[in-house]
Amino acid sequence: MKILVPIKRVPDSDTRIRVKSDGSGIVTDGVKFSVNPFDAIAVEQALRLKESGAATEVVLVSLGNEECVESLRVGLAMGADRAVLVRVDTALDSLGVAKLLAGLYRREQPGFVLMGKQAIDDDSNQAGQMLAGLLGIGQATFVSKLDLIEGGTRARCGRETDAGIEIVEVQLPAVITTDLRLNEPRYVSLPGIMKAKKKPVEELPAAELASDITPRTQILSFEAPAGRKAGVKVRSVDELIDRLKNEAKVL
Amino acid sequence: MATLLVIAEHERGQLKLATEAAIAFARQVIAVEGGTFHILVAGEEIGRVVERLQGHGATSILTAENPALKDPLAERLAPVIAQAARSLQAGLIVAASTTFSKDILPRAAALLDAGMASDVIAVVPDPSGTRFKRVLHAGNVIALLRLEGSIRCVTVRSGAFATPERNAAPSAVAPLAMDYQSLPGSSTFVSREERPSGRPDATEARIVVSGGRALKDSGDFERLVGGLADTLGAAVGSSRALVDSGITPNSLQIGQTGKVVAPELYIAVGISGAIQHMAGMKDTKIIVAINKDPDAPIFEVADYGLVADVYQAVPEMIGKLSKR
Ligand SMILES: Cc1cc2nc3c(=O)[nH]c(=O)nc-3n(C[C@H](O)[C@H](O)[C@H](O)COP(=O)(O)OP(=O)(O)OC[C@H]3O[C@@H](n4cnc5c(N)ncnc54)[C@H](O)[C@@H]3O)c2cc1C
Ligand SMILES: Nc1ncnc2c1ncn2[C@@H]1O[C@H](COP(=O)(O)O)[C@@H](O)[C@H]1O
Repeated sequence: MKILVPIKRVPDSDTRIRVKSDGSGIVTDGVKFSVNPFDAIAVEQALRLKESGAATEVVLVSLGNEECVESLRVGLAMGADRAVLVRVDTALDSLGVAKLLAGLYRREQPGFVLMGKQAIDDDSNQAGQMLAGLLGIGQATFVSKLDLIEGGTRARCGRETDAGIEIVEVQLPAVITTDLRLNEPRYVSLPGIMKAKKKPVEELPAAELASDITPRTQILSFEAPAGRKAGVKVRSVDELIDRLKNEAKVL
Repeated sequence: MATLLVIAEHERGQLKLATEAAIAFARQVIAVEGGTFHILVAGEEIGRVVERLQGHGATSILTAENPALKDPLAERLAPVIAQAARSLQAGLIVAASTTFSKDILPRAAALLDAGMASDVIAVVPDPSGTRFKRVLHAGNVIALLRLEGSIRCVTVRSGAFATPERNAAPSAVAPLAMDYQSLPGSSTFVSREERPSGRPDATEARIVVSGGRALKDSGDFERLVGGLADTLGAAVGSSRALVDSGITPNSLQIGQTGKVVAPELYIAVGISGAIQHMAGMKDTKIIVAINKDPDAPIFEVADYGLVADVYQAVPEMIGKLSKR
């Protein structure tokens, strides 16, 4: 069984994001880019399934410009078999992402798609659900526990919801999106990096996969949120209680 | 003129209050664009939820009541939403930013070939078409955007839209025409973990007491964070660090990838204040931080900071507050 894992290149979660003074975007100079953390978790899970014999091939895909190859190489160094760069030089929204992934899904016919629940740059949390909807297949989102059952024809998933963990079973093929607790991605090793250099990265033009990917979500400008000012340091529990009661009036 | 469709969320026969933010959003859009709004309630045994939605001024409350919708499965609820949107010729679908809507609405959007904006916090009138503001990059950036196309989907943050008054005339209740037999069955719902305590949900509480890595185990969390919360009638929350170490359930997590809360008072107990955590609580009215490290980033956003060991300060607080 083949597992398709989409990965997005995003600013590293440790970098402080700042908005450009003209509001046209975020400052990218000096910003370190990484594989979206939820996508790294998806790669890790796919590799574990391959190592356990449940899967046979792990195929990565990234949508964007040639800089995304760097992220694909990270996934290949972790152990994925091959990668596809779908070349897109314009802005994409999650619907556009889902349409391109649906096109690639039809070409690759994977056993299922394993992807991040959310890209930590746009924080949309949409693409996986949209992909499942476009393909008319099942979905399990925000998954922190994943077991293939019934000879790999179904997946039993623990989902992280606002009310707690929910268990669902879904027929494969399906789209499964990852939450942070699913696993801890492995580090890339030096031999892994060497091997990754020889693994194939195919490049595909977006037009081969979907006809209309013009974003429906048109971003007009960006701004920084109103900052909070640091307040006061209180000296004791008594002072804290007194201020909360008599100054802030919240107790 | 817009026709809006609000998706009601409910759990165990009770309306989730976050739905009211979606209603407040709908009313704001109507104030700008003109038009009407309808509410869709889908599930099994939804009578009480429908009753609770009366008085908000919806033109109609559409009901999709069927055993096939007993459990919140996206593959079944998304086609129901799409059908409701088509039958009303809705131009905008709105739901609250919760895991329920995040699971279902993007799928419905795909079925309708609609663009979608998550975590909307404001409606901005504009002659060329209503604009929205939404939060991204873990709360560090706000985008102003427009959704193109004849149908738009949004989820809204509950803290950003004030609870609307409930004094309008009753809405007509009408069943949605839907072929429930045709709904897919590739997913099955197995079980749901029971909510761990009788405490309120952090997204609905006036006060939230939240704990971080300073708490060594679940006993300490319960005694200090739970104890302080109970003294104040508050909800509990936690940082991701405690969820990862298994001390708290994921349903308590506050932050970029957990719940977003904006209560009147947030007490951060032994939380450092990582960007990802602050993304979930920095719109709180009053933030209190208790941390032994005077340089912890949480103090940069706290209205009141107490540099102290939580193992000393919190029991003292519980003692002094219970004597009131
Ligand atoms: C993609 C991604 C998403 C994430 N999403 C979230 C999210 O949604 N929510 C979230 O919370 N995190 C999230 N995180 C994790 C986040 O980056 C931090 O690691 C986490 O918030 C840290 O939790 P903490 O403050 O409890 O722990 P720490 O950072 O370890 O801080 C513990 C604090 O407790 C203080 N302390 C220790 N002992 C005591 C004592 N006895 N008395 C007083 N103070 C004491 C210390 O001084 C320290 O400041 C995410 C990370 C990533 C990469
Ligand atoms: N440009 C992209 N290339 C590959 N995968 C993507 C891209 N954008 C989004 N994704 C995938 O979709 C998931 C959800 O993204 P989003 O809907 O933007 O939050 C991510 O975790 C990725 O797995």
